[in-house]
Amino acid sequence: MELLTNQILAGIATGSIYACMALSVVMIYQAIDHLNFAQGEMATFSTFVAWQLMRWGVPYWPAFILTVTISFGVGAAIERGLFRPLANASILTNVAGFIALFAIVNSVTGMTWDFTIKEFPSPFGSSQFLGSELINSHEAGMIGVTGLLLVFLYCFLGYTKVGLAMRAAVSNPESARLVGINVGWMVALGWGLASSIGAVAGMLIAPVVFLEPNMMGGILVYGFAGAVLGGLSSPAGAVLGGLLVGVFENLIGTYVPGAGNELKLPIALALIILVLRFRPDGLLGRNVVERV
Amino acid sequence: MSEILEVHELRAYYGQVQALHGIDLSLREGSVTTLLGANGAGKTTTLRSICNMIRFTGAIRFDGIELNTRSTEKLVRLGIAHVPQGRGTFTRMTVEENLRLGAISRNDDITGDIDRMYAHFPKLKERRSQQAGTLSGGEQQMLAVARALMLRPRLMLLDEPSFGLAPLIVRDLFKILGKINREDKVTIMVVEQNAELALELASDAYVIETGRIVMSGPAAEISNNEDIRKSYLGY
Repeated sequence: MELLTNQILAGIATGSIYACMALSVVMIYQAIDHLNFAQGEMATFSTFVAWQLMRWGVPYWPAFILTVTISFGVGAAIERGLFRPLANASILTNVAGFIALFAIVNSVTGMTWDFTIKEFPSPFGSSQFLGSELINSHEAGMIGVTGLLLVFLYCFLGYTKVGLAMRAAVSNPESARLVGINVGWMVALGWGLASSIGAVAGMLIAPVVFLEPNMMGGILVYGFAGAVLGGLSSPAGAVLGGLLVGVFENLIGTYVPGAGNELKLPIALALIILVLRFRPDGLLGRNVVERV
Repeated sequence: MSEILEVHELRAYYGQVQALHGIDLSLREGSVTTLLGANGAGKTTTLRSICNMIRFTGAIRFDGIELNTRSTEKLVRLGIAHVPQGRGTFTRMTVEENLRLGAISRNDDITGDIDRMYAHFPKLKERRSQQAGTLSGGEQQMLAVARALMLRPRLMLLDEPSFGLAPLIVRDLFKILGKINREDKVTIMVVEQNAELALELASDAYVIETGRIVMSGPAAEISNNEDIRKSYLGY
């Protein structure tokens, strides 16, 4: 029983990182209807920025906040400079843009900070959480920060004027313009937020997996899986999906004989495909039936 | 009465195709003006030009202000509300959120105005927390009008509000539009294929055919002229 609880908690902890990545994927998907393949590389870049700041002597939390802010600016700038001109281009053009962005960010990160593994500190330490054997304090911290992030996004999108405008710009760009919303800036804002969320995910997972330019590759796959499982149209779904992927992954690794570390990812993804077979819009995705 | 909107020599294009060939219009402040014409005559294009949603040449002035260089989202701040064809509701958002969005460019308190809209359209109050996409066609059109009014506009442009609605509902809707015009002093320009009803509501009318104004004058005069009715309005 203790092993089960332990594995579920550990699954939720890594799942919360997948949830963050899923959230940033969904933010951009909502804004421009495309999946950003470079989301993981952008998050890695942000994490290196934080690492560099701490190298220069900035304490953890100021570095954290500064990194989130810088990432926001970089995300918005990428939208303005690279993807806004592609807004009316075909899907394939956009996909090519994302792949280019992936390669560029990856190489720039590697060139600037080289490919050797670096240690990244955790602000939560790695002692047992509240004396419990089940979960360590960094894992608890990951869950806590993800929870805060979700509450923040929920309040921002649901209860602020800017959040309302952002959702309107996604729901119906033309009408949004007609009520006075600057749709272009809303898209840039979506990119900025996605990039900031990715930065948080990167800084939280780096102490677990060590920091190197390809750190987020696998995690982004889990993030995509979580986003699709939860529903690409729903931020809450993305978080649920991310958490479920984390839990699936751990339980399969522990309980399926012979699965071990090699097979837990494919089995988890196969399960997701099975779920989508019956709910193609994801668990919380909406397929709105409209009356005409 | 002074002129609130003046359109001069308006020519508009879709790519290489010219859709409007020099339109002249003027709207008196506080009036209801209707622009009539068949499918493809250029009614929607005229409205879209006024709101700077397509490429055009010519002069458009609102209350003496040149509109040509103002982006769509900035026009709203002058007090121009546009109810587009197909209503343009935010279907995945609730009725109340749609109303709040109508006033998103305002910075003052809007709760009183939301209540006023519920008084105009009691059905919307019942459905305030439903997703707009689940409303019936008539209710969605009411919502679109209410959303436009939330701006407290000086000029409201409506693009075929009767489209796809049952005759009784259309009658209700036009009654409300008349009331809004009288009580809230909103100048209204309504584009319609349903000429009979539009001419009842309007004080002035224009008839457009293949991108040109072919007739204009007081609404009563146009509806009384049998030749015009037969050749252009089809009733």
